[in-house]
Amino acid sequence: MSGRELSFSQAIQEAMSQAMEQDPRVFVMGEDIGVYGGAFQVTGDMVHRFGEDRVMDTPISELGGAGVAVGAAVAGARPIYEFQFSDFATLAMEQIVNQAAKMRYMLGGKVSVPVVFRMPCGSGTGAAAQHSQSLQAWFAHVPGLKVIEASTPYDAKGLLLSALDDPDPVLVFEHKLLYKVKGEVPEEMYRVPIGKAVVRREGKHATVVTSSIMVLKALEAAEVLAGEGIDIEVIDLRSLRPIDVPTIVESVKKTTRLCSIYEGVKTLGIGSEISALVAESEAFDYLDAPIMRLGGAETPMPYSPILEKAAVPQTEGIVVALRDLVKGGF
Amino acid sequence: MAVEVILPKVDMDMSTGTISKWHVKDGDTVKKGAVLFEIETDKAAMEIDCPADGVIAFTNAQEKIALPIGTIVAMIYAPGEARVAAAAAKVLVEASAEPVAKVQAPIKVSQSGDVKAGARATPLARRLAKAAGVSLALVKGSGPHGRIVSADIEATKSAAKTSASLFAAAPQDDVTALYAPGTYDTVPLDGMRRTIAQRLTQSKQTVPHFYLSATCTMDELLAVRERLNASAPRNADKSATWKLSVNDFIIKAMAVALQKVPTANVTFAGNSILQHRSSDVGVAVSVEGGLFTPIVRGAENKTLSQISIEMKDLAARARARKLQPGEYQGGTTAISNLGMFGVEQFTAIINPPQATILAVGAATERFVAVNKQPVLKTQMQVTLSVDHRAVDGAVGAQLLAAFKQLIEDPALMLV
Repeated sequence: MSGRELSFSQAIQEAMSQAMEQDPRVFVMGEDIGVYGGAFQVTGDMVHRFGEDRVMDTPISELGGAGVAVGAAVAGARPIYEFQFSDFATLAMEQIVNQAAKMRYMLGGKVSVPVVFRMPCGSGTGAAAQHSQSLQAWFAHVPGLKVIEASTPYDAKGLLLSALDDPDPVLVFEHKLLYKVKGEVPEEMYRVPIGKAVVRREGKHATVVTSSIMVLKALEAAEVLAGEGIDIEVIDLRSLRPIDVPTIVESVKKTTRLCSIYEGVKTLGIGSEISALVAESEAFDYLDAPIMRLGGAETPMPYSPILEKAAVPQTEGIVVALRDLVKGGF
Repeated sequence: MAVEVILPKVDMDMSTGTISKWHVKDGDTVKKGAVLFEIETDKAAMEIDCPADGVIAFTNAQEKIALPIGTIVAMIYAPGEARVAAAAAKVLVEASAEPVAKVQAPIKVSQSGDVKAGARATPLARRLAKAAGVSLALVKGSGPHGRIVSADIEATKSAAKTSASLFAAAPQDDVTALYAPGTYDTVPLDGMRRTIAQRLTQSKQTVPHFYLSATCTMDELLAVRERLNASAPRNADKSATWKLSVNDFIIKAMAVALQKVPTANVTFAGNSILQHRSSDVGVAVSVEGGLFTPIVRGAENKTLSQISIEMKDLAARARARKLQPGEYQGGTTAISNLGMFGVEQFTAIINPPQATILAVGAATERFVAVNKQPVLKTQMQVTLSVDHRAVDGAVGAQLLAAFKQLIEDPALMLV
């Protein structure tokens, strides 16, 4: 590694900028991403470097913006559409689910839709129920879409560049609390493959399957538990569709216990799928404890900061749950 | 299916809890969602809701005594469902703090699936047990609700290895050295011989046996048997459709005796004793190179001719080694009859997990003193081996007495 440090949001901006310098087909569009620099300052000063034609402010219509992006992708461009909050992608479901995801299939492979949707998500900013959701599972349910989310600045850049290379629509979820997290990011245009998970920490007593900001919390919890002699393996999925099943199965066969951690609502969330995949796999016969899920509470995200914190898995709760998982306390 | 009521964890750091007050009594009919009891922690008192409809049976329901979290404090049974004896919880601390505040907190109490011993095991434990040939029924689970986890299998395996090596090592290393080469032929152990060696070594080493003997006078039974056999319906070729053996009477008598003394119709299951409803009687059948013990299930409800026909079929298939495992696994007692070889009396080794086995000798004529006069009678000696963990001497004696009465007056089997 280079030793060069960037924040998560700088890493994303660098990926977009380098792609745009190299490939004239790439452009960015979204609400307030131009002069204002984006709601979370991810595009920053890009409008001054690339001009308003390639860093394009759109009206407040997610359906319209997403539709333009899908159409541009079909016509040969490589658009990146930024949703100000991924919650508002609910306004653009027609374009994402019915158009972008289906077109290659329904037109017999004659066209593809190489669009990238950037999806700021998650709680922790006091933005309440309509601006704090983690709806990854909604999109990961749809064949034809790819869904990725990074936990480090390194992966944020590498995954976004892979998304731009990809011939199909890719939704890039970015947890808002990660934007300021710093990490090593090389200057060159490297790729992190879509569909490949990574073991962030090796352990032998339990496998945690997680992604995005929960990777950081899981690693903190693993550190606490290491002091008690409990050795947790942490897998960073990076890609929610497709899911890297072999990496999970191999890990569970080794550790004999599984816990998935995700911020989205627990019921029917990503962890539900992970649980089912493991239960259906050859790892079933290696399970030495019931499969555990730690997900978001069954509630709209509360506005109260205390309740907001309580509504998603936090490090202290993860420590207790994993201790129970390994020591047989539940 | 019975539902366990466990002492729940209502506070993150608690490892024990104290029931401050029960809202129901042992044996009450309870409704799902109603308050069962109050639990008190350092910080608060909470009400715990009933997890199911049914009749409640207290197991570890003492008030004001600290119990480990996860303790089964009661069972909820459907009406008419059989009760399972539950192990008493270890009482950790004798303390009763005053309730501080009262917070209503409905806690979901986990519902057990199957409460049969050994039924709860993780997939890994099941796989390891299968690979190691360890019966889950014999493993004590250390996980929540007595769940068997992989560590329990490993522990059982290493215990078995120690005991197995006691008999396995000797023949290999020591015994052959005692005999001059060329003076013997070596017969390798087949699977059946190995199983017999392991199971009976385990039984004799881990099951505390005691023995009770009795002499049964057979004249009435033999006369009844003759009459019944003479009355058997005939096939087209005039052969009898069934022919009762003395052993068929013994099976029936043992089954009925177990119903009369239900506390002997049991198996020892580590944390509990299973008291069985039906009398499933195993019968040792000698086969080439070993033996099987097929089981006549619910023999108390079968007629002698049904038992006779079933036993004939089981014995034939045992000799052909065509029994299904379900036909020789389980059971609550067994009968080993060596009378046909002229053996007058012997003691048998219990076939785990059964709690008893009856060793039956030959019926022989002998003079018995009746009113100071010698009278010729036909008598049979039987010896009951009993697992003392599950059945005490007096109960074993009651069982044997009931058996003897039924054999000496077989008409009693009709009522």
